[in-house]
Amino acid sequence: MEYELVVVGGGPAGLSGALKAAQNGVRVAIVDRQEELGGQLVKQTHKFFGWSRRGAGIRGIEIGRRLRNAVLAQPHITVFTGTEALGYYPDNSLLIEGPSGVSRITGKTFLFATGAQERMILFPGNDLPGVYGAGAVQTLMNVYGVRPGRSVLMVGSGNIGLIVSYQLRQAGVAVRAIVEALPQIGGYAVHASKVRRLGIPILTRHSIKEAHGKECVEGATIWELDDKFRGIPGTEKDLDVDVICLATGLTPLGDLLWQAGVSMTYVPELGGFVPIYDENMETERPGIFVAGDAAGIEEASTAMLCGEIAGLAVAAKLGKIPRHRFEEERNVLARELAALRSGPLSSKVRTGYERIRALVQGRRGS
Amino acid sequence: MTGLRIEEHPVLDFPKRKKVKFFFEGKEMEGYEGEPIAAALHAAGVKVLHHSLKLGRPRGFFCAIGNCSSCLMIVDGVPNVRACTEKLREGMRVERQVGRGPSLAAR
Repeated sequence: MEYELVVVGGGPAGLSGALKAAQNGVRVAIVDRQEELGGQLVKQTHKFFGWSRRGAGIRGIEIGRRLRNAVLAQPHITVFTGTEALGYYPDNSLLIEGPSGVSRITGKTFLFATGAQERMILFPGNDLPGVYGAGAVQTLMNVYGVRPGRSVLMVGSGNIGLIVSYQLRQAGVAVRAIVEALPQIGGYAVHASKVRRLGIPILTRHSIKEAHGKECVEGATIWELDDKFRGIPGTEKDLDVDVICLATGLTPLGDLLWQAGVSMTYVPELGGFVPIYDENMETERPGIFVAGDAAGIEEASTAMLCGEIAGLAVAAKLGKIPRHRFEEERNVLARELAALRSGPLSSKVRTGYERIRALVQGRRGS
Repeated sequence: MTGLRIEEHPVLDFPKRKKVKFFFEGKEMEGYEGEPIAAALHAAGVKVLHHSLKLGRPRGFFCAIGNCSSCLMIVDGVPNVRACTEKLREGMRVERQVGRGPSLAAR
């Protein structure tokens, strides 16, 4: 089957891109390996920030439901769920494996919104069962209704670490401590206060020293860190936990982009290797667009906006909308995006995106 | 089922699903139809799903969304099945995998 746009990844970025393109007359296919569209929104029980028209005050699961319903109601979109994208071919086709076996679909354009994966940190015993990514803990308890254990050490105090700690308590699991290597808490103050009101200590300048256990986690030792992030002997504390939850950051899932030959660059502020793309989310391989965490680790509100920009740019590229209308609408979305990224906690990602912009401009100039 | 199943939650509802029997290392167990194998095993107190290739270290799930290959198991004789995404069915036979698991050619 040939589509005008093939979207890989049915999370906030991919669904927003698919919708925006389809609303402008583009025939779209969405490929997602999960059974249910929504990406990581399906487990986000907390309410979002930002602006009301961008889902502020609404729980992530509800935002996911709305996007999903809009996509399913859109006649221009074909959905392949339970379907994995295995590889991209230079004849603009994608090998997919789904419930009906292996097949190929082709697209005039592609949007890779493949998301991210959790980062691992080094400590003895980090491979023991019971050391789980924060996303895994969320999936297990919020999607499948199973507690990860009885008592948890959370590593990392960014928004994910704080939110998942709160959700663990909602599910009736004890959180012994949140350790944070930096001298300050990484996430929003409102999440940190919520967690502290529950009596969960947030220990800055602390990290995990090691995990204990033979077959699985039976405890953990934490310690204080000096200015160079080295553990200070003598400050060790043993915690009685059966789960160590890592909320130590995400890194973009770029496998398909690498495989498709898209130019990539290392931008630590965006979580690792990211594709090089322009203000329309188009990579240096014409017709291949990116959005969401695959284009740089951020959060769902900005992912949805980037997806919309990509969807709109696809519609313009395919001649579905006149250039001036595209630019007008794109500029509105870009302003909204800039406003969402204007806060002090976004300074890191702003630096990251400036690096990519500089790269793109440098190449255009040469 | 053990106390790891969430019965009451302030935000979420977990609709009752059909219980099914399956076998883990030959032992009969119970889980809910359609949930991932790893979720059913975890709820039943099984955390070790795999042993590593070189050192035989115990492995559980890590990412729970099919990315990391930490939870590969042998399901109905087929090795390298991701237990974190494969859905539980009545009568399934699930075994811990060591390293790469048995060769399919030997079956």
